[in-house]
Amino acid sequence: MTNHWVDIKNANVVMVMGGNAAEAHPCGFKWVTEAKAHNHAKFIVVDPRFTRSAAMADFYAPIRTGTDIAFLGGVINYLLGHDKIQHEYVTAYTDASFIVRADYQFGDGLFSGYNPEKRNYDKSTWMYELGPDGYATVDPTLQHPRCVFSLMKAHYARYTPEVVSNICGTPTADFLKVCETIATTAVPDRTLTILYALGWTQHSTGSQMIRTAAMLQLLLGNVGMAGGGVNALRGHSNIQGLTDLGLLSNLLPGYMTLPGEKEADYQAYIDKRAIKPLRPGQLSYWQNYPKFHVSLMKAWWGDAATKENNWCYDWLPKLDKVYDVLQVFDLMHQGKMNGYFCQGFNPLAAFPNKAKIGGALAKLKYLVVIDPLATDTSCFWENHAEFNEVDTAKIKTEVFRLPSTCFAEEDGSLTNSGRWLQWHWKGANPPGEAKPDAEIMAGLFLRLRDLYRKEGGAFPDPILNLTWAHKIPLAPSPEELAREYNGRALADLADPKDPTKVALKAGQQLDGFAQLKDDGSTACGCWIFSGAWTEKGNAMARRDNADPSGLGNTLGWAFSWPANRRILYNRASADPAGKPWDPNRKLIGWDGVKWAGADVPDFKADVPPGDPMSPFIMNPEGVARLFAVDKMAEGPFPEHYEPFETPIDTNPLHPKVVSNPAARVFRNDLEAFGKAKDFPYAGTTYRLTEHFHYWTKHVKLSAILQPEQFVEIGEELAKEKGIKAGDRVTVRSNRGHIKAVAVVTKRLKMLTSNGRKIHHVGIPIHWGFKGIAKNGYIANTLTPFVGDANVQTPEFKSFLVDIEKA
Amino acid sequence: MPLQSLDITRRSATTTPSPGERQTMEVAKLIDVSKCIGCKACQVACMEWNDTRDEIGTNTGVYDNPRDLTEASWTVMRYSEVELEPNRLEWLIRKDGCMHCADPGCLKACPAPGAIVQYGNGIVDFHEENCIGCGYCISGCPFDIPRISKKDGKVYKCTLCSDRVAVGLEPACIKTCPTGALVFGSKEDMVRHANERIADLNQRGYRNAGLYDPPGVGGTHVMYVLQHADKPEIYHGLPKDPHISPLVSLWKGVAKPIASLGLGVMALVGFFHYVTVGPNEVEESGEE
Amino acid sequence: MHVTRRQFFRVCAGGMGTSTLAALGFSPAEALAEVRQFKLLRTAEARNTCPYCSVSCGLILYSLGDNAKNAERSIVHIEGDPDHPVNRGTLCPKGAGLLDFVHSPNRLKYPEYRAPGSNEWKRLSWDDAFNRIARLMKDDRDKNFIARNAEGATVNRWLSTGFLAASASSNETGYITHKVVRSSGMLAFDNQARV
Repeated sequence: MTNHWVDIKNANVVMVMGGNAAEAHPCGFKWVTEAKAHNHAKFIVVDPRFTRSAAMADFYAPIRTGTDIAFLGGVINYLLGHDKIQHEYVTAYTDASFIVRADYQFGDGLFSGYNPEKRNYDKSTWMYELGPDGYATVDPTLQHPRCVFSLMKAHYARYTPEVVSNICGTPTADFLKVCETIATTAVPDRTLTILYALGWTQHSTGSQMIRTAAMLQLLLGNVGMAGGGVNALRGHSNIQGLTDLGLLSNLLPGYMTLPGEKEADYQAYIDKRAIKPLRPGQLSYWQNYPKFHVSLMKAWWGDAATKENNWCYDWLPKLDKVYDVLQVFDLMHQGKMNGYFCQGFNPLAAFPNKAKIGGALAKLKYLVVIDPLATDTSCFWENHAEFNEVDTAKIKTEVFRLPSTCFAEEDGSLTNSGRWLQWHWKGANPPGEAKPDAEIMAGLFLRLRDLYRKEGGAFPDPILNLTWAHKIPLAPSPEELAREYNGRALADLADPKDPTKVALKAGQQLDGFAQLKDDGSTACGCWIFSGAWTEKGNAMARRDNADPSGLGNTLGWAFSWPANRRILYNRASADPAGKPWDPNRKLIGWDGVKWAGADVPDFKADVPPGDPMSPFIMNPEGVARLFAVDKMAEGPFPEHYEPFETPIDTNPLHPKVVSNPAARVFRNDLEAFGKAKDFPYAGTTYRLTEHFHYWTKHVKLSAILQPEQFVEIGEELAKEKGIKAGDRVTVRSNRGHIKAVAVVTKRLKMLTSNGRKIHHVGIPIHWGFKGIAKNGYIANTLTPFVGDANVQTPEFKSFLVDIEKA
Repeated sequence: MPLQSLDITRRSATTTPSPGERQTMEVAKLIDVSKCIGCKACQVACMEWNDTRDEIGTNTGVYDNPRDLTEASWTVMRYSEVELEPNRLEWLIRKDGCMHCADPGCLKACPAPGAIVQYGNGIVDFHEENCIGCGYCISGCPFDIPRISKKDGKVYKCTLCSDRVAVGLEPACIKTCPTGALVFGSKEDMVRHANERIADLNQRGYRNAGLYDPPGVGGTHVMYVLQHADKPEIYHGLPKDPHISPLVSLWKGVAKPIASLGLGVMALVGFFHYVTVGPNEVEESGEE
Repeated sequence: MHVTRRQFFRVCAGGMGTSTLAALGFSPAEALAEVRQFKLLRTAEARNTCPYCSVSCGLILYSLGDNAKNAERSIVHIEGDPDHPVNRGTLCPKGAGLLDFVHSPNRLKYPEYRAPGSNEWKRLSWDDAFNRIARLMKDDRDKNFIARNAEGATVNRWLSTGFLAASASSNETGYITHKVVRSSGMLAFDNQARV
């Protein structure tokens, strides 16, 4: 979230699209009901289904699954066509005025630079025109035909209400009503907040859906504002934290990136990431990359990381490609993986095309499952008749199952969607011999290290030299680990204001990432978490819930990264002269010496108003990007592409380019895609408020609430198929089938798209063959093995199925 | 008389007057249907707090689960998909459970002394140790709330968490409700809160929004804010004008004094008949 | 009033049974009306956060015992933390039912092992589990570690074993997991954020 949960109450319009906050995040959703009750907010929901959120909405508009870019692109077209944008904000704080290279092109569904063989783009033309001074050229009048504003306007001019309605199946009047409601927030003293979740991420175009929403918010001047922003309502309790800590195949902690194998040269690796400003006077904060990186290497490898060995640069594995889960399971399915660990993760249930996932696990030599619960994955080799039809004797995988503690049995911190790191305390001992995950990792690591010490082996250096300064090596404590990711001084650090004074003595905890050095005198495991455990103690455990501004920022509660900041880009809540756009939601102000106020300023604190430095300090432009330059895989402007399994067999905008030309798709999976003639209905998977993924089927109180697997269909489809509520039905895709009880509802209405009747089949995911709820099929038996072009998230939300009475 | 944590104003089948000197605050639960997302957190909080667990049932083609109130589920969500205007679907979700009537039909109907009591704060509570399982309370309830346990033959229903209220806490369902659809306080405050909500709903186009506090049972200590207060029956059959069953009025008004003339052996025979074959028969007859 | 004669009779006879019985002194303990005892009076409290979604609601865990040396704490009740700025004491149906997650019959209690082709789990000690897994890891790593790619560039990667981390585990677990996994050279490394 750019903002945070409580801040939703400050919105004037709340839009839930690509998510179902009432269902999936009920206690966060309370702040929507607060906005309605106390801020007279209007609440709109756009979704293929009339959801629990829709039940609370002032207005609901239906949409065909997977067409959100068309819808939002249409909203952008409406705002530009009706002059409903916040001009001063757009001109000053976005790249609308930047001039794009003359060789950038878009036509017939493709941007310039496409390589159909590799299914990717040469993105060199997707760049601003640079002047002789090396800076991007701009036209503040926004008149230049190649300025971002002009290009954007032309790009979305195609997305007329009629085109939107034809693609999305949304009645034109409903679409326009949403546009009008959104447009009311183009004024400085009204904001829209957008709440989304997996309904946007789980598409082959998911990242671009979110980008379109961000563009919308920038045009309305709603980013950086209290009650505004683009707010990802994330799934798991610490999915934000694990992303922040970089537990993804291509990342390092704090959104640093692993080097590719072509980046043999350390200095080149750093220079590419320590981005220089693209406009005069901009902060371009990533210029500090070497400080973050060197401090990380010092945290991991201590004295072994020296300037001479480029801080152990060679010890980091180098990528030849991204090893996302689709890639890894494809390799596993080919028999190219031997071992796999699942720590609190149930891939057999959670990943698409269960048959492929189960088949892949059966090709492993060893599988290690670390979990508090008996997951389906740990039992993938067990035959559970129709629910898991396998030949146990033929599965040669050795499986280890290690019991871990649950939340109630450990201390530690979780980072919520609003980026708050909150500490929690143990309430009781775990059952039996279960151990905390950190102790399990320690047990594994120390045995492995012992083996390398005794026997030697392949490149043991990074293992033998990994820092392990724990009082009890087999039981690293949460406190020790938190102190390590916060960072500490390795030498006395001079006070930058008075070099004769020592700001921090060697060994002391850092106050924050501003103190990091690139000379090896600081160690820090995750720079954005720095400040969480300082010499003052554990900031994550703070419990002062006072809210003096009334905006809900509670700066004394827990710790919010970065630097305890609650609303990102908050410098943009004031105009260039420093005056808040809306005096009733003043986040920060200039007090004559520095920026301060109801939030921690997201800006260089001592740069006065009127300075050319712009609010988006992480970007080298200093402003927010409407034009993504080379940051996105499939184009600098979001474009509507159909799901890989589309019920209309074409893309009305450009029939030659139907689906995302740069999406993650493997050749051998292309043939497993179904066609509308065989699978005519739009299948979509989702979660119910009564359950949490695949955990709560082990929880009696949750199982009581939704005991048995079901699918949802509308009354029209039910009538067509002769299905009554309570009947057992079979749902098929080109990858397999599931059987479930039919819920027949008015909440799923037939839509018309490109001349075809579109029926959605709703498929909740929570069942499997392990648990105390009634056993069921794994819903991902049905879903396709295709992922988003940028982050490879599978397309769980849009695929094709058929349905019949079982 | 042991010290009560809540003052009792009425008890079933007891003629001794209750102490009435202390005037305690009347409480109420307000259920704002327009804010209810039907998440069932209240169902879970209720079972968790009261140490009951319903059965893991089946899906019958609807979201409602458990399908009905039971001795273990003292509250359930009831889902209705309603289209009062074309293309204007409303998903009306009503939390069902004991209404804690000011004039409780269950208590009036109950022949077991002290099995049902009403506290000064308005809560109507069942004391199962005194319950003889006759099921009269079920016939007496205009909202069809109490349920007999298959295990112990006693009747259970929402206590409004009298054990929590007695120590100054809100009921478990109220505390957990994520959206604030459930609120708890003095009845006076709840009526005021309801009026604020009704004004907001009026502004959003619900012209018939209103408070459900039915006078036929003397008002209730569980009230609803309804978007369509003129049509309570669209909320899964919420009775428009609930009254205590005529059978109960008859028993209390006429039959009891007459029958009380016959004391002694006859009564004992009646009692033993009761504990052997009586309850089921009576329950059946109540449904005739 | 629609009351049949038969109903009238039953009302009189059935209803009389107990009230007259009470009059005769058979009333159970003179109707001792008392609410159920408040069950949290002396429980130990711990502040925690919900492990499910990313709202991370504040919780209070109530445990049996008062933290005395000889009492083994067991969680008996979980409810929302009213001081928490986001949830303000509320919990959704999943969070409100956390007690049954903590005490789920499907909680794992001991390390277990399933041999190739076998149809059963066998219990093993932590020592055995760690030793055997570490051996499998080392053998695989030593055999398949790639120090240099085809072009001769140093790549130091280990591709044949992968790791999925848990996005419901704490930051501290996540941090140490990243450190251990990356130092081994693994690249096949993701968490639920990917899906």
